[in-house]
Amino acid sequence: MKKIYADLHLCPNLRDLEQASNIIKKASMLGYRLIAITFPLNAKEEEIDKIRSISREHKIDLASRVDLKPRTPKELIYNLRKLRRRFEIIAVICESKTVARQAAKDRRVDLLNFSSINPHGRFFDAAEAELASKALASFEIDIKPLLTLEGPARVRLLSSLRRETATAQKFHVPIVISSGVSEKFLMRKPMDMAALAALFDLDEFSAIEAVSKNPMQIVKRNRENLSPRFIAPGIKIIRKGKDC
Amino acid sequence: MDAVWSAVSKLYGEYGASQTGLTLINYDMEKGFAIIRTTHIAIKMVRTALASITKVRDKPAAVHVLTVSGTIKALYKKLENRLL
Repeated sequence: MKKIYADLHLCPNLRDLEQASNIIKKASMLGYRLIAITFPLNAKEEEIDKIRSISREHKIDLASRVDLKPRTPKELIYNLRKLRRRFEIIAVICESKTVARQAAKDRRVDLLNFSSINPHGRFFDAAEAELASKALASFEIDIKPLLTLEGPARVRLLSSLRRETATAQKFHVPIVISSGVSEKFLMRKPMDMAALAALFDLDEFSAIEAVSKNPMQIVKRNRENLSPRFIAPGIKIIRKGKDC
Repeated sequence: MDAVWSAVSKLYGEYGASQTGLTLINYDMEKGFAIIRTTHIAIKMVRTALASITKVRDKPAAVHVLTVSGTIKALYKKLENRLL
């Protein structure tokens, strides 16, 4: 079966529809069939539909995503309650340990993202991975800093990523590799993204799953959960009407 | 080729670069593609290095691998199918 590739983190400027359209077109040309674009927290349904129709023109499936950057666990819970049913993907940019722990154990969080390049500002350790493995969160790695950083900063980042991917694999936390870019010249083919994962010792099979199976599973699961037929995990409406 | 050598050396050092056996076979400026030969043991390294290129002569650029093949003859056949 042919693999379907996905990039769950594209950040075009949504005020510039032409730039957004160019990025979507480029993603389609590079071989992606599913992309997720980060929308602001207060994005309206019409804005999302506009981008969705552009994606449809380029024969690419779009999932709506929101990046939460809470300062406290309380703020995270509040935002999750408010936004979970509005967006297909919820990612949490973990900037403190307490937020990272809360995000890892909350089943409404899809992606854990650690944007800091400072090793002390990254909180994906064994405890975090254990919590994430019991919930549904995946560990997201953005490729953008690997391309833009140079020298000691990139060395430090690679070292952190190597340790974190090993921890994620040990605790069976799914890994998702995304681009995290806002410019099209930083976009890479799915196989090139997988090749870049070799820099932090992720094996080829896991790297390909990180750009295909793992992101697809998140979107599929969330679309099922967001559909009107969904009642509770494992329970959904099959048929309605008098003949039931 | 300077950009490719520089990317390989940056990521894998001079020792790694010496294992790649990089050679430029063909470069089509109009179509914007190049054929690069490398040893089969270094394919992963070269692929990673190519993906890490973001600038060529200080201008933003990206390098995408179109296809990989064991012989140049087979490579041209594959390229014909892709570029037509």
